[in-house]
Amino acid sequence: MNAAPTLDLEPRPPRTRSRRPPRRRALLGALLLLLLLLAAVAVSLAVGARTISPGAVLAALLDPAGGSSPDTATVVVHELRIPRTVIGLLAGLALGMAGVVMQGVTRNPVADPGLLGVNAGAAFAVVLGISLVGITAPLGLAAFALLGSLAAAVLIGTIASSARAGSSPAVLVVAGAAVTAGLTSLTTLVLLGDPAALDRYRFWTVGSLTGRDVEMATTLAPLLVLGVLTALGLSRALDALALGDDVARGLGFRLLPTRGAAMAAIVLLCATATALAGPLVFVGLLGAHGARAVVGGAHLRLLPVAGVLGATLVLLADTLGRVVAPPGELEAGIVIAAVGAPLLIALIRSRRAAGL
Amino acid sequence: MTATAPTLPTPAPQDPTPRVREELVALRRRIARRATLVALVLVLVLLGLSLTALTVGSATVGPLEVIGALTGAEGTTSFVVLGLRLPRLALGLVVGAALGLAGALLQAVVRNPLASPDIVGLTGGASAAAVLAIAAGATGAAVDSAALLGALVAATLVFVLSGRGVTGTRFVVIGVAVAFLANGFLGYALTRASLTGARSAFFWLVGSVGSAPWGDVLRVGATLTVVALVLLLARRRLSALALDDDTARALGAHPVATRVVAILLSSVLAAVAVAVAGPIAFVAFVSGPIARRLRGSGPALATATLVGATVVVAADLVGQHLVPGTLQPPVGLITGALGAPFLIWLLVRGERRKESPA
Repeated sequence: MNAAPTLDLEPRPPRTRSRRPPRRRALLGALLLLLLLLAAVAVSLAVGARTISPGAVLAALLDPAGGSSPDTATVVVHELRIPRTVIGLLAGLALGMAGVVMQGVTRNPVADPGLLGVNAGAAFAVVLGISLVGITAPLGLAAFALLGSLAAAVLIGTIASSARAGSSPAVLVVAGAAVTAGLTSLTTLVLLGDPAALDRYRFWTVGSLTGRDVEMATTLAPLLVLGVLTALGLSRALDALALGDDVARGLGFRLLPTRGAAMAAIVLLCATATALAGPLVFVGLLGAHGARAVVGGAHLRLLPVAGVLGATLVLLADTLGRVVAPPGELEAGIVIAAVGAPLLIALIRSRRAAGL
Repeated sequence: MTATAPTLPTPAPQDPTPRVREELVALRRRIARRATLVALVLVLVLLGLSLTALTVGSATVGPLEVIGALTGAEGTTSFVVLGLRLPRLALGLVVGAALGLAGALLQAVVRNPLASPDIVGLTGGASAAAVLAIAAGATGAAVDSAALLGALVAATLVFVLSGRGVTGTRFVVIGVAVAFLANGFLGYALTRASLTGARSAFFWLVGSVGSAPWGDVLRVGATLTVVALVLLLARRRLSALALDDDTARALGAHPVATRVVAILLSSVLAAVAVAVAGPIAFVAFVSGPIARRLRGSGPALATATLVGATVVVAADLVGQHLVPGTLQPPVGLITGALGAPFLIWLLVRGERRKESPA
């Protein structure tokens, strides 16, 4: 976007313009993303293994109780499509926002709850809960997921706060891979003795929206809302942190409480998302970077847009997975990995100049 | 992060005084002596571990009986030793050595200690392809070829995508992305398999040396020998890569070509080991750093090979005998559970010479 130097005598536009997308464009971009999300919701409700006409879907939606003698279309929409749409929406929203908070607090462009092992922590704790304690209630599983992701987040936070790992994306990413691999080993140890749990786990671990309970979504919604509010409340502190620790301190933010609150937000968001949809990788990364490209670096705008983008991503991936392999379906997590890995690579390649 | 060249002495002035030359010679001798000493100790440790592996078990066999069985005595003892314990030990040795060498080689030529086959997706590619093959009902050589193909595809992807900046952090982060991509394919293969298929693939994915036909041992051993010979012949080219590319070029080496060949060799080694024993976690990653610490200097491929073998045999022994309960966890679980904290500690504490600037 660098304009070539010219010799005309008109006053130059203010310099800030080139630094971040202009306000109008940002607003337009955000609106477009919101429309895209609505479209994704509509597609997710309308498309699936069984062909149902849009009119029938609409009729089913407008018929809240399902009527006295529900037809197949109504049952499919109410029992299958609405739950997975709701769950995809919530999980994507949470992960997108968690990605932004994580990148803000670590000041590291590759931070992503999946890449850094926070989701693996939640997954391990959930498997432990299922297999050893025999927990099946949504709230119990969520509690385990919270504990697990808290432990993993504290671990990763400690690693990231060491000078070397924090300054180098590669070291942080490898530390995340190590946390993930170690936790996966422990998870496997539990699962080897428990074939039934293994059978459930192999579908859950790829990140899938099928067969999830919508009751889970309503139970976990308060936690999710708490996480979203914490993240939004932190937006000014995160703006300040982006300028460096010293500047943030100079602006009157205390670092330790800020970091603690950010950690809490990340844990709440990731744990609910993982409990809902399994450990999804790349959603946070893609949401955060996409949002930054559209609305720039201010966190108050960045957070909601990243949430919208994350939700869109998960829903589209889920819908795509439903149609690419007709009789069966491809889990959302697999589709996201197939799309997300190339995007991460593109990101790294484009940051060549930035010294990565 | 300073980019000091590895501990090779700084190039001497054109006409080194005899004193400087003497010091250089003494330094080289000290390094060589330490290398020999470390190798000797590692071989002794390996011998000790091997003897333990052959004697200890559900039926304890005395050292003398072990020697008897090895030299041709008949009977149940010799079945236990030759039929069960020796193949397992041998597979652990060759697989560990292959992984250790593959890791140290890649770390050396990419000049980044984070670049090991298990981090940058080579073993991931091999596993995904092998599990797809297993789920499709393949066995033996077909699984091997699939793993090899997977590792090579992953290596090509990482190499091509990181472009001219093959050294440094870009290679690593792109490799991690490729590893996650491979992981997605793996998840796909697992969900498509039948429950029994998924279960056996799942066991395989943990990494185990428990079932060890002699054919497997020979295949890995032969590959290891060939690669080691090639590396031995090309050791001057390899040590030139320890300098930066411009210096290496000035010395008449071809850094890019050498690097391509080395990455290829590392992929082949890792793929063969993975095809036979599954992706045993972290062995490739930790062998290099451990070897460098023991040696105190320089790229230490031979030492890393010994370290890899030691780690796998020791971890397998721990899994068989030291873990309480009836479940004997396969070796990959032990290296995974112990390797992760060690790796993180390495990352946080850091080696003295950790990273060359990209």
